[in-house]
Amino acid sequence: MSEKQMDAKEYNKVLKALGKKKQFIQGDEAISYGAVLAGCRFFAGYPITPATETAEIMARIMPKIGGACIQMEDEIGSIGAVIGASWAGVKAMTTTSGPGFSLMQENIGYACMTETPCVIVNVQRSGPSTGQPTEAAQGDMMQARWGSHGDFEMIALSPNSVQETLDLMIAAFNLSEKYRNPVIVLTDGDVGHMREEIVIPDRKDIKLNERKSPSIGKEEYVPFKGGKDKIPEMAVFGTGYHTYVTGLTHGENGLPATDDWVTHHNLVRRLTEKIADDREKITMVEKNYKKGSEIGIVSYGITSRCALSATKMLRKDGKKVDHLRLITIWPFPRKEIEALAKQVDVIFVPEMNLGQIYHSVSEFSNGKCEVVSIPKTGGEMHSPIEIVEAVKGGV
Amino acid sequence: MRKEIRIAGFGGQGIVLAGRILGEAAINAGNKAVQTQSYGPESRGGAARSEVVISDKTIDYPRVIEADLLVALSQPGYDKYHDDNIKKKSLVIVDTDLVETQDKKAIKIPFTKIADSLGKKIVANIVMLGYLTAVLDAFPKKTMKETIKSNIPKGTEKINMKAFEEGYKLGKKARKG
Repeated sequence: MSEKQMDAKEYNKVLKALGKKKQFIQGDEAISYGAVLAGCRFFAGYPITPATETAEIMARIMPKIGGACIQMEDEIGSIGAVIGASWAGVKAMTTTSGPGFSLMQENIGYACMTETPCVIVNVQRSGPSTGQPTEAAQGDMMQARWGSHGDFEMIALSPNSVQETLDLMIAAFNLSEKYRNPVIVLTDGDVGHMREEIVIPDRKDIKLNERKSPSIGKEEYVPFKGGKDKIPEMAVFGTGYHTYVTGLTHGENGLPATDDWVTHHNLVRRLTEKIADDREKITMVEKNYKKGSEIGIVSYGITSRCALSATKMLRKDGKKVDHLRLITIWPFPRKEIEALAKQVDVIFVPEMNLGQIYHSVSEFSNGKCEVVSIPKTGGEMHSPIEIVEAVKGGV
Repeated sequence: MRKEIRIAGFGGQGIVLAGRILGEAAINAGNKAVQTQSYGPESRGGAARSEVVISDKTIDYPRVIEADLLVALSQPGYDKYHDDNIKKKSLVIVDTDLVETQDKKAIKIPFTKIADSLGKKIVANIVMLGYLTAVLDAFPKKTMKETIKSNIPKGTEKINMKAFEEGYKLGKKARKG
């Protein structure tokens, strides 16, 4: 993996297409801004509320920066096109919401199995099924991790502001290129449609990761042989390196080997360990801790802004509260939860669902403290008062 | 300083655009701002709201907790969003001809009628922005005018600026009164 600065000419071209450095824009727009700054030059998608604005921006920007934006026939086609573009050597992304995300699950597993770098953004809305199109939710947190079948690891990030959406998009592409794995950005209809000030980062502040290209000759190239870091070098399709890409269990040469349990074992071990081994490096959290806290609040995404307000209100009331915000959702920041569970008596988990990340917090608290879910559905985010009252009622 | 503004109306009245301009003017004047919106599945009609929170500090909770100001440009919008978040101290402003209210302290301004008299009903949101700029006193008038100009289609500056001034005049009068 090599980290480099964005090419100056390329940066200026992107900046010209994006407009002013300081803007008042929606989270959805920031998704596309961050993507093109990260080097994304292929977008395929199918319109869906509340993610459509991302595609509108891509349609406007891509032709100006030498990229491609294509509206596919549906979400299955969209992620298929993205996987293909990535194998052609281009950084690629698709954006959607719950119903489209469900359709993409099979191909997300295919991207994991074929170690295809790509970014999938889910601007979450209320489900199940088509649910409430214009209302925000956080109902796909577990689906992002477990939605496709079989054994794999997933990287998922969750922003809580418009600026952070832009920044995390760059991080998402970097992680995807580094680990050769799909990366999912789990935002929601509230962050997606909210407008805030953003500042487009300077070129010197944007570090880009690129997938490892083959370091050996065409004859010696083994397409799915992991290096020390368990990540294989990736040749661009059509450049003469022999590559065979399949969702079937395959050996290091890429060819199907479906009846050999050792091959399968080694493959899924490598696929999962290349990410799990680096869990701590991938983990991003924001801690708002005070000494001697007794109560913990763990939140993420838009809910974290309600939880932070509630934390400040509870402290004014004399309560000793720590707030932990998960920015990396998957792999799960288990060490942070283990440490918090040792410190406090109880952890509250407000979420815009009926309790999902609550289960992971419970798992890694491991009985060291009580864990209480503060669920909310229907489209409205928690008001700070609601969280304050739930905490007071539950202590 | 935290100022919370809620604008209610129906889809197509430009209330989201109004909120967006309000938020952008606030950041152009050096403040922090968040604009949020909610609406139904229809792109025209239905109750819609646009909220703006302006502060000199980082804004955690992005929605209205207790509105400083509610502006309603439609009856369904007023009925749906004149709720728990509207307290005694809230300033309530409604479009005279489009909203009936029992709220005695509600200020009635004929935003749409004024816009109509200028030749285009569609600029009612800009009349309202003129009024709010005077009433809120949160950023310079000039900043707001510049922000409006950068958000409207080319060739519509004249009518929009006229609409803004009409609203501003009324707001100024209300402030004095």
